[in-house]
Amino acid sequence: MKILAVCGSGLGSSFMLEMNVQEILNELGVTGIEVEHSDLSSATPDAADLFIAAKDIADGMEHLGEVIVIDSIIDMDGLRTKLTEVLEQKGLL
Amino acid sequence: MGERLLKLIMDILSQPAVLISIIALIGLLIQKKSASEVIKGTTKTFLGFIVIAAGANVIVGSLDPFGKMFQEAFHVTGVVPNNEAIVAMALTKYGSITAFIMFFGMLANILIARFTRLKYIFLTGHHTLYMACMLAVILVVSGLDGVPLVVVGSLALGLIMAFFPAICQPFMRKITGTDHVGFGHFSSLGYVLSGLVGKAVGKGSRSTEKINFPKGLGFLRDSSVTIALTMTILYVIIALFAGPAYIEKNLSGGTHYLVFALIQAITFAAGVFVILSGVRLVLAEIVPAFKGISTKLVPNSKPALDCPIVFPYAPNAVLIGFFCSFLGGIVGMIFLGFAGSIIILPGVVPHFFTGATAGVFGNATGGIRGATIGAFVNGLFITFLPVFLLPVLGDLGFASTTFSDTDFAASGIVLGNLAKSFGAGGVTMTVVGLVLVAVLYNLFRKNKSARA
Repeated sequence: MKILAVCGSGLGSSFMLEMNVQEILNELGVTGIEVEHSDLSSATPDAADLFIAAKDIADGMEHLGEVIVIDSIIDMDGLRTKLTEVLEQKGLL
Repeated sequence: MGERLLKLIMDILSQPAVLISIIALIGLLIQKKSASEVIKGTTKTFLGFIVIAAGANVIVGSLDPFGKMFQEAFHVTGVVPNNEAIVAMALTKYGSITAFIMFFGMLANILIARFTRLKYIFLTGHHTLYMACMLAVILVVSGLDGVPLVVVGSLALGLIMAFFPAICQPFMRKITGTDHVGFGHFSSLGYVLSGLVGKAVGKGSRSTEKINFPKGLGFLRDSSVTIALTMTILYVIIALFAGPAYIEKNLSGGTHYLVFALIQAITFAAGVFVILSGVRLVLAEIVPAFKGISTKLVPNSKPALDCPIVFPYAPNAVLIGFFCSFLGGIVGMIFLGFAGSIIILPGVVPHFFTGATAGVFGNATGGIRGATIGAFVNGLFITFLPVFLLPVLGDLGFASTTFSDTDFAASGIVLGNLAKSFGAGGVTMTVVGLVLVAVLYNLFRKNKSARA
């Protein structure tokens, strides 16, 4: 499985998001999930199985498929809750 | 034999791509990553640097006709500020020095955060790279070289990385409501200015978030799309002014002048796209290593993060800020036109990211009025500053592009002019002096509180 963190320029925010996702995956003890980050233009539906972005760019992401939208990239608790939920649904947790 | 070995080492150290992948390799080894991850990470970093150089060629190819058309049309130089373009161009000549300054500058940031009151770890990696590059250019032009160049550059970078987040923090506390997160984006002076303007004019003004705003401008966040659209508008307007005769005879090789303008505009956007992919590859290993090491060594530090972290706190201010900043850019450009100076064209990407952030800062202190006027002032500011930066950039001052954000320009202007007036020694003493002041101030305060 692959998770892609997305932001406007694909440099700063999505990178922080990627590192936060990685940290949470480590906390949860989940392995075998690849996490990367990119800009909005480069993100295509086949680029990953799950996309994560902050709510300010989520409008432009409906075409991608499954998207987790968080309030802000510094909202670790919100990210943890939503990520855990999705991973449980997928039977990975 | 010994001579060949020396040549090998010298050639390695003068190849920025090799150098930066060695830095990544060291980082990965320190973190005790698995062999496969070490190989993957090191190769990716190497690849990324070569990709940036390739993107630089694409950009130069499309900026060259742009500069000529602008000159033909208006008889002055036109500059489109774009960090990626100028950095990619600068790295072809200043790559190794940039790599050294970036690496030791990050270490300096950790040390400064550890031993001074500036407890910020600057995690916006691409801006660290761009600032390292800007410092490399300025310091080489000022006459420094070798070890002193790297030492002064790294200290300056480390100080800049901790200082600019610190001046944003009072506003960040107001915006986010916490003190855990710092703000790391090198246009801080524009944001602080906007926040102060908001404080001055915004008495009694409602928050921007109380108004209902039409949606549908979200595509502007997609930076490749925005660059492609705005560069098309710019190139086509300038092509119309330069006229078909000149372009088809001298530049396009007979292709219709508007088709040529369109292709060059999109080529520019493609170049930025390529450079961004390269930057992403280069930073992929370096930033997490930096983050990991800094949290271990400076436990009570605050991470300074990229500007979109404040966008969700005031989405309306983001849009208002962008429009007002862009308007400021246009007014500033017209003003420069009348003043007969070099013309700084409004780049939509810098106005979007810095304008939007200025809007959020202005809104935090002065509501709608603060966001509007603060962002407008930011727009004027990022238009006028580069005019003063260009003369201290040496050869790169003649490129049709330059650094777009305020802190690059401000740091460059200060250091560059210090060098002009007091030589390399003046720059060295200033940078070392400032670091010492920050460290000593902390010691002094500590003693005082220990006694009390």
